[in-house]
Amino acid sequence: MVPTNYYLILSAILFGLGVFAFVFKRNVIAIFMSIELMLNAVNLAFVAFSQAMGKLDGQVFVLFVIVVAAAEAAVGLGIIILIARNRQSLNVERVDLLKL
Amino acid sequence: MTASLFIFFVLAALAVIGAINLIVQRHPIHSALSLIVVMVALAGLYLLLGAEFVAAVQIIVYGGAIMVLFVFVIMLLNAGVEERTNLSKIANLATILPLVGALTGFLAATMARSSDALHTASKEGVRLASTRELSHMLFKEFVYPFELTSFLILVAILGAIVLAQREH
Repeated sequence: MVPTNYYLILSAILFGLGVFAFVFKRNVIAIFMSIELMLNAVNLAFVAFSQAMGKLDGQVFVLFVIVVAAAEAAVGLGIIILIARNRQSLNVERVDLLKL
Repeated sequence: MTASLFIFFVLAALAVIGAINLIVQRHPIHSALSLIVVMVALAGLYLLLGAEFVAAVQIIVYGGAIMVLFVFVIMLLNAGVEERTNLSKIANLATILPLVGALTGFLAATMARSSDALHTASKEGVRLASTRELSHMLFKEFVYPFELTSFLILVAILGAIVLAQREH
């Protein structure tokens, strides 16, 4: 039996790596994948808490998070295709229309 | 060291290595493949936690559908290697890294402490959550949110079509 703490610490580490990738990467697709990594880390915490409390609510929330992630991936990748079509580049540094 | 603890450490190491590889790799297709490794490792952890249905959904929806979408877009756009970072970015790294490390430590400490409080309150014994119980919960207590998600997916489909459509 693995202590719940281990799962939570792993979840925090994965979330931190996701935040780091989100800030550090320049490719739009890689930034998008780091968002998915953060969502996965949160899902792990949900399931770990669900098991610790002996309730299933956490697992239901995980299913909702997965649905939202799927919807987000569909719309986000559409936006990425638009960016690539308009800028001829996937580098976020090139998407600076709002910058002064 | 018990068997479940050993499996946990193997899967956790796989997940962390995959996440680090996602950051290190500069070609998006390599990042996508390492993200699939993370997701499969997490599915194994869900099985270890007794969440069998969530593990199956994780592999089918995340490892299957979403990652296929990612790989498809990467190949469609013919995305190449990330451009070299300039020196100012490396200077930024010196500020980002401690901040992210502090955030991770704070999260880990807070969640670990809250679960300590939980552990004394909750009753002993691991229970395998059956898919039947999960479906009872999903279709009784959470039926309105569940129906709302179908609307969300409809909006996402329409949004994706409108965005990706080539204007005439």
